[in-house]
Amino acid sequence: MSEETQSTVGTARVKRGMAEMLKGGVIMDVVTPEQARIAEDAGAVAVMALERVPADIRAQGGVARMSDPDLIDGIIDAVSIPVMAKARIGHFVEAQVLQSLGVDYIDESEVLTPADYEHHIDKWQFTVPFVCGATNLGEALRRIAEGAAMIRSKGEAGTGDVSNATTHMRQLRDQITRLASLPEDELYVAAKELQAPYELVREVAQAGKLPVVLFTAGGIATPADAAMMMQLGAEGVFVGSGIFKSGDPARRAEAIVKATTFYNDPDTLAKVSRGLGEAMVGINVADVPEPHRLAERGW
Amino acid sequence: MPQPTVGVLALQGDVREHQRVLTGLGAATLAVRTPGELDRVDALIIPGGESTTMWRLARTFGLLEPLRQRVASGMPAYGSCAGMIMLADRIEGGVTGQETIGGMDVTVRRNAFGRQVDSFEADLDFPALGATVPPLRAVFIRAPWVEKVGDGVDVLARVATGASAGRIVAVRQGPLLATSFHPELTGDARVHALFLDIVKEA
Repeated sequence: MSEETQSTVGTARVKRGMAEMLKGGVIMDVVTPEQARIAEDAGAVAVMALERVPADIRAQGGVARMSDPDLIDGIIDAVSIPVMAKARIGHFVEAQVLQSLGVDYIDESEVLTPADYEHHIDKWQFTVPFVCGATNLGEALRRIAEGAAMIRSKGEAGTGDVSNATTHMRQLRDQITRLASLPEDELYVAAKELQAPYELVREVAQAGKLPVVLFTAGGIATPADAAMMMQLGAEGVFVGSGIFKSGDPARRAEAIVKATTFYNDPDTLAKVSRGLGEAMVGINVADVPEPHRLAERGW
Repeated sequence: MPQPTVGVLALQGDVREHQRVLTGLGAATLAVRTPGELDRVDALIIPGGESTTMWRLARTFGLLEPLRQRVASGMPAYGSCAGMIMLADRIEGGVTGQETIGGMDVTVRRNAFGRQVDSFEADLDFPALGATVPPLRAVFIRAPWVEKVGDGVDVLARVATGASAGRIVAVRQGPLLATSFHPELTGDARVHALFLDIVKEA
């Protein structure tokens, strides 16, 4: 049998395809099996299993690491939808452990304390797919070159302030639009400026979109936040602290799911935004001292 | 008959990939999120995605009953992966209370092949696509399989090799077609072309 006719796991198509199946959906941070069940009941397309939501990581400080395997196992057992988990930037052994646990996607995440300030994980070495954060197109393409099968705009996690997510989505969209408008002979210098591989730059210029699915993350706290990110070109939404740091997580989770599907329908958005109880209190990104801004981790 | 419009259920999932294949084959398509949009289509594709999310949104936004009525009244429909689950009369491994549109006399097991690390691609023998064609490269992502089929159901493809050899992964019952895998991801339009033939016959 040739390579091509054999049954193969972990191909780029299988990894990127998994992200395609999440499109139009909401991925929710959960720290217990109970929260995972609430997320599944609310219509989440996947959950992100972690020990502390970003707002608590921010409040408590210290080094944030991969979650305890027992916690991840408990969440995998609690739900039938896909389960993601976070590894530290560059921590390829945490990623090996997560793959061994059977998580469905690994988030190499700036929300955790980086383990390597120079190199990200070589994600081609894994069967499990990876999602990585990006604030701009060059960063997104560097992550894809390393094997990321999905990108999320970073925003500023754990704040409930959507402004950085907006900035990053607009930045990605503007840079993609600009690339698509360039004549072919200017793409070489564009690649140099973006500090990204020429082949990927050319692919984006031709397709007018990233070669992988683009979600948004970092500060989404309301149905309107989610819908705005979708209108800005996100293909789906990660909600971290915004759900389980709010007054009525189950209702808010359901409302954000509905808003992500009907993001272009203001009447439905108005309906689902009612009576959700208190939103996450949050913190303005401007009030976060620069060394504590998570979006600046990763490069 | 004027050219049929093929809807793609757009509550969640890889809607755009199906629309792209349909457009490439010259079909008119429409994303369907509401009963009003469902009224405007002659046939429907239910895409890959998360079946529990699709079911909940279809139920909440009053789309589940209209979908059932259209399928019961003979509208051609094709489901890939989560879409196969949605078209099955019976499912195994669903969440508590999970409902489907139904219409196909089959029992489908959700996440039957395992978790994402078990997701795979493989060549399939799919004779309904024509006798001389090369095998179909099929992409399975946390995919379901068909556990049991009723009398009126044609089995169109089975897994060829490996631990799951013999498992049923493509079925047809009259105007209803379902696959465990995702032809919309590979650039091979033959399964969609088969569905468009079914739509034209109907």
